[in-house]
Amino acid sequence: MNHVKCECGHVNPHGTILCESCGRVLVESEKEKKLVDMRYEGSARRSQTYNKTFIDKIWNFFSSVKVGVWLIVITLVASALGTLLPQEMYIPPVMPASEFYEDQYGWIGKLFYDLGFHNLYSSWWYLILIASIGISLVICSLDRMIPLWRALKAQRVTRHEGFLKRQRVFGVTEVNLDDSSQKIIEKLKAKRYNVREEDGNILAEKGRFSRWGPYVNHIGLIIFLIGGMLRFVPGMYIDEVLWVREGETKLIPETDGEYYLKNNEFILEVYDKDKDNEAFSEAIEKNGMVAKNYQSNVTLYKKIGETVAGQEQELEKVKDEAIQVNQPLKFESFALYQVDYKMDELNQMTFSLSNKQKNETFGELKIDLYNPQDQYDLGNGYSVEIMSYFPDFEFNTEGEPTTKSKVPNNPAFVFKMITPDKQDGEISFVAIQQTIEPFGDNDYKLDFVGIDTLNVSALTVRKDLTLWILAVGGIIFMIGVAQGSYWNHRRIWIRKVNDEVWVAGHTNKNWHGLKRDIELVLEDTGIKEPEDQVQKEEGQE
Amino acid sequence: MKKRRLVMRSVILLILGAAVAYTLYANFTKEDSKKVVMGEKAPDFVLVDLDGETHRLSDYEGQGVFLNFWGTYCKPCEREMPYMDNQYKQFKDNGVQTLAVNVGESELAVSKFTERHNLSFPILLDKDGQVQTAYKIGALPATYLIDKEGKVVKYHTGQLTEEMIKDFMEEVQP
Repeated sequence: MNHVKCECGHVNPHGTILCESCGRVLVESEKEKKLVDMRYEGSARRSQTYNKTFIDKIWNFFSSVKVGVWLIVITLVASALGTLLPQEMYIPPVMPASEFYEDQYGWIGKLFYDLGFHNLYSSWWYLILIASIGISLVICSLDRMIPLWRALKAQRVTRHEGFLKRQRVFGVTEVNLDDSSQKIIEKLKAKRYNVREEDGNILAEKGRFSRWGPYVNHIGLIIFLIGGMLRFVPGMYIDEVLWVREGETKLIPETDGEYYLKNNEFILEVYDKDKDNEAFSEAIEKNGMVAKNYQSNVTLYKKIGETVAGQEQELEKVKDEAIQVNQPLKFESFALYQVDYKMDELNQMTFSLSNKQKNETFGELKIDLYNPQDQYDLGNGYSVEIMSYFPDFEFNTEGEPTTKSKVPNNPAFVFKMITPDKQDGEISFVAIQQTIEPFGDNDYKLDFVGIDTLNVSALTVRKDLTLWILAVGGIIFMIGVAQGSYWNHRRIWIRKVNDEVWVAGHTNKNWHGLKRDIELVLEDTGIKEPEDQVQKEEGQE
Repeated sequence: MKKRRLVMRSVILLILGAAVAYTLYANFTKEDSKKVVMGEKAPDFVLVDLDGETHRLSDYEGQGVFLNFWGTYCKPCEREMPYMDNQYKQFKDNGVQTLAVNVGESELAVSKFTERHNLSFPILLDKDGQVQTAYKIGALPATYLIDKEGKVVKYHTGQLTEEMIKDFMEEVQP
């Protein structure tokens, strides 16, 4: 096979630039360079050497850092584009998405929908992009870490002259090393170097551990991605919103019809200038109202026995709880968080029937806007019939009254007022601050008396069984970052060449620190401090 | 050496490929899990209509069921109502029942709407939304077709034309 045997006897994989063992330059073109490229120790990045089978071609594609960077750039751009218009899950459910985008945003909306950006973050091509980044991460890491690990493991103490003199920090002194070698080794050990000796030559090394930082970091990222992937597994991740009015009991979604929630009360508290800490008073004055607490007092119920959907079910109380921001109600693996609210939603409206001319009143009617009656009997032959009810009233394009939603945001009624002297009844259209008498002047009218309101709580229903995996991935990621940032991999080679002592040094970062180490170690030994060949060159230019 | 490398690479790529394939598969079936599965038994329910009559889905086994979810505020629902009514009259004695489930509005609003449009098919009231949850209803109008064995055969959101309603009903006619 295409192995490269070095003069020192070590057998290197095909494509190796510097012998793993002695460091001799194996590639002719590299010999002309003044300094060797120490990236990955001059090891053979496999991707760049084998390109035979189909599998190799895929492997090599993902092994390229350039490809990896482009994948990240494309993903970033796509992610940004997806935020231009709301995603499908956030559009109001008044009409299907296919109509909504064009209706709301014109041709841009249509294009957005047609290109599938309305569901970008779960579209096949977006997922493939993310997955490709993951694959690229795995393969790039494997392809670099294994050769690097091999080269660092195989390195010999006695390095080839060509390797030493092409190091950035390098110096030659005509002196006998044997006289001072014991002293040097002691000093190196005091600086916590691992020192190896061979034929009187020295290799001092420390912080090799730092070289694995990026790969540990990548392992963390991959675990993180696996956690993200698990969110697609049914039952692992749930994120829904539940709106529940005060006094209402509602089924909690995704609990298989098992759990119900009753909202007893929603509370919004604001800071009081006089009662709360004086330090806040200025801010309160400036902003008017500052929220102190959002709270839903709820009762959790569990269904007893089997029922068919639509049937009345028997509920058993599980517990009462006050849900506040970041203080969720927890049950099984679910958590219910306070996420939104609506104050003073209309609940009941009260009208009184009166005679226009004499201003006499004939009783009041209280209308439950969620469940109005057909007819309200006021006694003595007076009654009011509701002929039409529009909870969220508007006039449509044909000028007819309609309703926008089922929520009583703007209720309107067509009433028939039946009185002893008008047995057939008088028709009146009543909306907020608006009364229309479609069949001419009426003798009677309905006066608006008052309203009763309710608050509505919105709760996030959350279940996330992937959280701990994301946390583990994140912690490993940070360990990798710290490992690569706070430690340096430093090596110092000291070798006898005839009557001279050659000193060379290499570090993956912080060259100043390495040079200081060498300076201290060589003090009083007669060996000259090596020069920084990069700095020297820059100085000459 | 070379052969071993090829095997290693193939295995690693295969594992990664399998993970990606699974994610994509899970993602696309996620949409399906948001509605009732086609070919599966339709979730049974019991609801009372405007006339006070109780309808249980399983009682209609042996007939096809055209199950429509609607609201008075939903314009496309309003537009397809007359078509549904026409087809209901054609098919009710030919083995296809029409059930229109209102999405929890007040009885008054629903009954006035029904009177205004002169609808003759049963209008069911799903007051606390249990049936909507069971059928995973999002956007309106939503229509399920259930065959004579009680299995879901079709799901459609958005307005239907009279032609489509006729085709749908023919599809589940026993």
